[in-house]
Amino acid sequence: MGEGTGIGRVRGLGSAKHGSKHWIDQRISAAGNILLMTWLGVSLIRLPNFEYPAVSMWLAQPLVSVAMILMMTSVFWHIRLGLQVLIEDYFHDQGNKLFVLMLLNFYVIGCAAIGIFMVAKHAFTGAPS
Amino acid sequence: MSQKKSRPLSPHLSVYRWGPHMAASILHRATGFILATAGVVTLLWWVYSIASGPEAYAFFIRYVVGDAENATTYSIVCNWFFRALGVVLLLSFFQHLFSGLRHLLMDMGAGFELSTSRNSAWIVFIGSVVATAGVILALFAQQLGV
Repeated sequence: MGEGTGIGRVRGLGSAKHGSKHWIDQRISAAGNILLMTWLGVSLIRLPNFEYPAVSMWLAQPLVSVAMILMMTSVFWHIRLGLQVLIEDYFHDQGNKLFVLMLLNFYVIGCAAIGIFMVAKHAFTGAPS
Repeated sequence: MSQKKSRPLSPHLSVYRWGPHMAASILHRATGFILATAGVVTLLWWVYSIASGPEAYAFFIRYVVGDAENATTYSIVCNWFFRALGVVLLLSFFQHLFSGLRHLLMDMGAGFELSTSRNSAWIVFIGSVVATAGVILALFAQQLGV
């Protein structure tokens, strides 16, 4: 018999042994967010102005694009994990919960795809004039 | 999960007296939700406008930040909406950031004493208001050319 949760022991299966992964991923992405949002904040302060040429040339730089893509990856991962907990806590009906979790996945993956594609497109094709 | 509605429940939120710790906890969720929705949409619109060229960027600036030369009544109303949203997003950002740092400290097992926890919650509230005010003042100063 396993030593997992009560219901798991009753079923003779033990716990699934991945209960802590979500919790740890939430902290890893939080650390990534702190690092990358600090970078974004400092970069925006250091911009000479917010006219199109300055902002566009800034974003087109390879290291800036990579940092932006990493920032979006970390932020959207964090959003995925965080809103999942909100949904699990406030939607009690199983059917509704699954449906809203599906919407969350569509929203997060869709937004991440848009954001990352925009940055990559801008970096590869250069600033449009 | 077929719980009968008549089953007794343990005492829930409504029976406790509100304190800064409870407020910090629920605000972490609320601000996370605001950032994940309004914050994400604004960020994506900004990046989209940069990647789409000068016209799209000018459109973003005109309706979000403000463009005195091409202002219409509608664009000015939009500017004030986004200024209000900006304050909410800044407050949410700093509240979520500082509250998240408090969570990371508590994850290490520190600061669980009632008085420490209350004080750290207050520090988070004050810190987020001060940081937001700082950013707004810096933006004002820049606009006035100080």
